[in-house]
Amino acid sequence: MKKPRILILSGYGLNSEEETKFAFDVAGGNAEIVHINDFISKKKKLSDYQIFAIPGGFAYGDDTGAGNGYANRLRNHLWKDIIQFINEGKLIIGICNGFQVLANLGLLPALNLKYGERELGLMPNEIPRYTVRFVDLKTENKKSPWLKDIKSLSIPISNGEGKLYATEKTLKEIKAKNLVAFRYYKGKMSNYLNLPASPNGSIDDIAGINDETGRILGLMPHPERAMFFTQLPNWPYLKEEYLRTGKKLPKFGPGLQIFKNGVNYFK
Amino acid sequence: MINRIEILTTVFDSRTELRKKNKKIKNITLIDVYTIDKKLSPVDINKIGSSVSNPVTQQFYVRNDKENKLFNKNKFDWAIEIGFLPGVTDNISHTVKQIIEDLLNTKFTGSEDVYSSQITLISGSLNKNETQQIADDLYNPLIQRAHLKKYKKYIKDKGMDFFIPKVKLLKKPTVSQVDLEVSDDKLIKIGKSGITNPDGSTRGPLALDINYLKTIRNYFRGKKRNPNDIELESLAQTWSEHCKHIIFANPIDEIKDGLFKTYIKNATKEIREKKGKNDFCVSVFNDNSGAINFDEKYLITHKVETHNSPSALDPFGGAVTGIVGVNRDTLGFGLGAKPVANYYGFCLADPRIDKKLYKGKNLTQPMLSSNRIMNGVIDGVNAGGNQSGIPTPQGFINFDERFRGKPLIFVGTIGLIPKKIQGKLSHVKKALPGDYVVMLGGRVGKDGIHGATFSSVAMDANSPATAVQIGDPITQKKLSDAITKEARDMLLYNSITDNGAGGLSCSVAEMAKESGGVIVDLKKVPLKYPGLEPWEIWISESQERMTLSVPKQKWKKFKALMDSREVEATIIGEFTNSGKCLVSYNKKLIMDIDMDFLHDGLPTKLLTTTYCPIIHDEPNISENKDANSTLLNVLSRLNITSFSFISQQYDYVVQANSVLPPLQGRGRVNSDTSAIRPNLNSQMGVIMSQGLYPSYSDINTYHMAASSIDTAIRNAVAAGANPDYLAILDNFCWCSANDPERLGSLKRTVQACFDYAVSYGTPFISGKDSMFNDFKGYDEKGKPINISIPPTLLISSIGVIKDVNKVVSLDLKRPNDLIYVLGETKEELGGSEYFNLHKSIGNIVPKVDAKKNKKLYDLFFKAVQSDLISSSISVGRGGLGVALAKTAMGGKLGVQIKLKNVPGKVLRNDYLLYSESQGRILVSINPKNKIKFEKNFRSTTFALVGKVTNDRIFEVIGLENKKIINLKVDELEKAYKSTFKNY
Repeated sequence: MKKPRILILSGYGLNSEEETKFAFDVAGGNAEIVHINDFISKKKKLSDYQIFAIPGGFAYGDDTGAGNGYANRLRNHLWKDIIQFINEGKLIIGICNGFQVLANLGLLPALNLKYGERELGLMPNEIPRYTVRFVDLKTENKKSPWLKDIKSLSIPISNGEGKLYATEKTLKEIKAKNLVAFRYYKGKMSNYLNLPASPNGSIDDIAGINDETGRILGLMPHPERAMFFTQLPNWPYLKEEYLRTGKKLPKFGPGLQIFKNGVNYFK
Repeated sequence: MINRIEILTTVFDSRTELRKKNKKIKNITLIDVYTIDKKLSPVDINKIGSSVSNPVTQQFYVRNDKENKLFNKNKFDWAIEIGFLPGVTDNISHTVKQIIEDLLNTKFTGSEDVYSSQITLISGSLNKNETQQIADDLYNPLIQRAHLKKYKKYIKDKGMDFFIPKVKLLKKPTVSQVDLEVSDDKLIKIGKSGITNPDGSTRGPLALDINYLKTIRNYFRGKKRNPNDIELESLAQTWSEHCKHIIFANPIDEIKDGLFKTYIKNATKEIREKKGKNDFCVSVFNDNSGAINFDEKYLITHKVETHNSPSALDPFGGAVTGIVGVNRDTLGFGLGAKPVANYYGFCLADPRIDKKLYKGKNLTQPMLSSNRIMNGVIDGVNAGGNQSGIPTPQGFINFDERFRGKPLIFVGTIGLIPKKIQGKLSHVKKALPGDYVVMLGGRVGKDGIHGATFSSVAMDANSPATAVQIGDPITQKKLSDAITKEARDMLLYNSITDNGAGGLSCSVAEMAKESGGVIVDLKKVPLKYPGLEPWEIWISESQERMTLSVPKQKWKKFKALMDSREVEATIIGEFTNSGKCLVSYNKKLIMDIDMDFLHDGLPTKLLTTTYCPIIHDEPNISENKDANSTLLNVLSRLNITSFSFISQQYDYVVQANSVLPPLQGRGRVNSDTSAIRPNLNSQMGVIMSQGLYPSYSDINTYHMAASSIDTAIRNAVAAGANPDYLAILDNFCWCSANDPERLGSLKRTVQACFDYAVSYGTPFISGKDSMFNDFKGYDEKGKPINISIPPTLLISSIGVIKDVNKVVSLDLKRPNDLIYVLGETKEELGGSEYFNLHKSIGNIVPKVDAKKNKKLYDLFFKAVQSDLISSSISVGRGGLGVALAKTAMGGKLGVQIKLKNVPGKVLRNDYLLYSESQGRILVSINPKNKIKFEKNFRSTTFALVGKVTNDRIFEVIGLENKKIINLKVDELEKAYKSTFKNY
């Protein structure tokens, strides 16, 4: 079976493309980093890939709202290609800044499959400051291929504008259609760190959203930053547990599952 | 026509909460404004409005100066609009401009531009003074303007004013000659105040002393002419303390080769020779960063800089330029290393004290408050590091009231670079004759001319801010990606260096050494706005620029790549082997100086020192019977307390390389040491830490340096570093360095650097000095005041380890684990936190026994490799008491400790708990490993001092076998986290 080709976008201040590529490659994919301008100049074609990933970063310095500048550039130049990509049944993921881009592009939640209409705001955190910490996520969503076999996940957030906002009407529909991919909850890691469940005051504790096909996923937390065991904040503690019970230390962390799900969808 | 797009956030906006400090404020609304100075159709302007706002959370309206209409119908009392002064870097406007250009497929040409500003609408019964005070907290008059309007006036005017902060330079650029055939007095004046303009004003200090000016005069006598202004300015840059490190380079007392060569460089040389084939140094002292071997394929680089004076004036801008500036020292290493970790250190005054200081007489030119400086530098490193996508796992803060006049802002970057690129050694670079001189990245403006000496320039609405700069991390990120991820690996250039101090004048002249000469045409340098004088273009320190030498046949490919990444690349000249540095402007040669003279023409200066140590009163401190309250008190002190609010706003998880984070354990305790995995394909890691003891300088700078080195090494070792695979960096921050007494203390410091680096076998690989950290001004009563920092040596350590699984965090892991103290505790409290608490200094600073410690550290590394250590913390500031508290808070577990068992001969409980003797590590181990552990350390001083308990009680039994401390771990944590709780 040929490995699915994954495109990781870069440029203009996106900055997590290398580790996102690494995660997809470890998960069994064939990932490639491509600068957005190489699509605009037609050096590369979106249609050559099965998964389209917008990684984390600080595109355009978050000016005019996080993700907005990059979303504008995609909309101005690559809108048709993206819609075609979606219509071909392929997968899209936006992580952190990538989620902010997808939201500004109107690809999430895209109620009634109306792609292009902005329905979400990702606003400055409740305490308006960049915040880094691990969170616990849970999901009851069974539709999205990205979430297969995942019930909960402890991975970090790292953002300044991660507080999700939607109007009451939109929120109702998101919930009715089961489009909430992840919610923050007080789980093992929040208990370990003695921190509240929600890091940013997001509406309804929402951390991630998918569209109605389930194939487009956007989430604020970073699964690629919890792909190794040694990225977990409690790993030195766990290491002692493993040592004392004579077990081998694991190599990988929980975040990898999302990338595996993406890759396995095409296998 | 001027259009103002005003964007109102319509849902709850958390940014407003921060501004409600005054209790009279009832409500705040923020309006983001983009003022567009370009002809646009109403349809287009509305398209732009939609593109720069989000309809879900915002609404926008457009006002134009031709048909002014009132849009905002909100009721409020005061409006404050804050925007930038002309010429100040405005990153938001830069983004908006790009969005417009891309959206409308248009270009901003000539003087068309976008300007960002923000309106704060305030409801509340405030008078004008109170509102002005609110505004004062929101802006910095050196870089910004604030405009207040009452509601009535706002309605009458239909909003805030149409204002364009455009730079207007009216004078035609010229080159003038400077007459050096003048009296000595006049020469001195030129050196101090700079070249005189036709209107009688001066251009700002050249900082050239009379001997230097006479040498320059002689040189030009040989040429039978006076120097042009650009030639003199250029020499002033190249010969500055900043670039030539005059104090470290020149003979001092009996030391003919100077301090740097004799003690720092020679230490490294000796160590490398001794290490023989185990030498891991690759590039030391001669590039923008130092580099050591990482593994067979990669090098690790490190560099630590300071950005003190700019940060005192504009803390945010100073710190952001500092951090993105030191990132360029990584990009400028060899053919360009990729930044993999940032590092920071802030030496500040107590932010809770509001002592006013003025630069000018009669209470004019106020300095920012300590609180503003602290928050500003924290925000600056936040913006620079986070936006650049570089993790910031490690940093420290240090407080002393003598940092009130000039804070010390340390910024560092670790980089990774393949050893070979297409078979070529990456750390070797050489500009060749015939290569193009290429300027890459940002454009040149008046920002950063003459560094931070602009304080005497009066500012009005149209005068550009010349010295203050604000970094633009995204422009640099584009440049950085294009270099380290693409152009470098295609070998599209022969050499690269950073444009930092001295701008082009230094970077081009420095690279021209490689080829043997250069010719530059300043007319080709892209400018931010027209009207700059040639000398200004040459020495401006405008940010985000690198200089490269690109072979002619590779230019087309290089240029096409940079264009496609939206990075501006311009040929500004050609490298030659003429032996000359030539600069032309408008087809006229305006600078013609021999390379030899430019770089090596400066005369030798003989420095002399004196040394007369001060004896302080021995403190008379009676032991507080309530040892509980003493411990809580110590934990809340500025130099001990948690600064998690900083650590958790700096992204340390980006690049997925985090291994030991800045906050450790359940209690999220600040660690002195961090570790990363810079190459995700490898298990190998990098450990980084530091040591500094400015307070010990009050007693003895030799031992201050020894302690700093021991601490930097010990911290790293305690986390798992190999003591034989550690390198260190020095940052000297001195004061009044013309004073022989200060030079005497410097000399002793550098001697200690040699002695201890050699004893530990830990080479210096890079360093930097900043010699004049003094403030001369006026206090709150207008009385003249001088504030000099305590002489500070920061030693930063960096080590490579084979397996990131073999590192140790500081938190206790399991109940019933055994607690040991390794190393000996002596009565060494001079300059300690404990004496400081009692407002004393004392005389007995810790002394370092390097031989003994090295043995301990070697054994410690063995123990870590054998997984014998469950937790470990290096005993530093605050001594054993603080280390015990931190390890307990980290694990949220209790301890039972018997002080009697602690190795050493200290007779008082308080001295035993708070002595800062070096060479000690506090560890906990699995009881099952007791025999192995004790066997491992049997040839050193160590003792079992207690055990870990499950009840979260912190219990210490004193020397007299009585319980002296009995606290809940939660109480410790509360005290430890109390000081910056509301930050």
